[in-house]
Amino acid sequence: MARSLKKGPYIDFRLEKKVDAMNDSGKKSVIKTWSRRSMISPDFVGHTFAVHNGNKFIPVYVTENMVGHKFGEFAPTRNFRGHISKKDKGKR
Amino acid sequence: MARFSGVDIPDNKRGEVALTYIFGIGRSSAQKILTEAGIDWSKKVKDWTDEESNRIRSIIANNFKVEGLLKSEVQLSIKRLLDIGCYRGLRHRRGLPVRGQKTKNNSRTRKGKRKTVANKKKAVK
Repeated sequence: MARSLKKGPYIDFRLEKKVDAMNDSGKKSVIKTWSRRSMISPDFVGHTFAVHNGNKFIPVYVTENMVGHKFGEFAPTRNFRGHISKKDKGKR
Repeated sequence: MARFSGVDIPDNKRGEVALTYIFGIGRSSAQKILTEAGIDWSKKVKDWTDEESNRIRSIIANNFKVEGLLKSEVQLSIKRLLDIGCYRGLRHRRGLPVRGQKTKNNSRTRKGKRKTVANKKKAVK
């Protein structure tokens, strides 16, 4: 279900503050974030974020096309490697 | 036989239905087109005069994205999802449902025909 436009995009306040600080100082460093629910705003383009997936941080380099998506979409929380075949089953 | 926006040649059907043979036009846009052209929805395609057909053609050309153009637009948006590596892109890549449906059963539209895994039952002692 899409979010009502009236409310505007949701961005975690702390994350926004960090990015603003980086844009002001012109420095670039990886920002660690747990805020998977934050929308990627146009200010974020060109920065790298380390998005938590529940286990570790996945580096996400934000490009123009990603604006409007949420951080969580780029850090999958599940890792499905396929089913175990009959042969491998005994080994475990 | 009538030709509209490229290859489509629906005939012998009511205008409202016949127009839906064009990719990108469903029942409701077909009705909108006919209303705008001032043609009765139920009028069969073969009964349209040349002048009426042309009116419909121009309405479609000016207001609707159909056939090849629409298909390529859809492909482009899918490609964008693939390129940015988001969850929806990954699902497209794997050929699984994109919108959060369960995949324990069904979802055959996305997965295609069943691929049975050879599974010999071992003889129970």
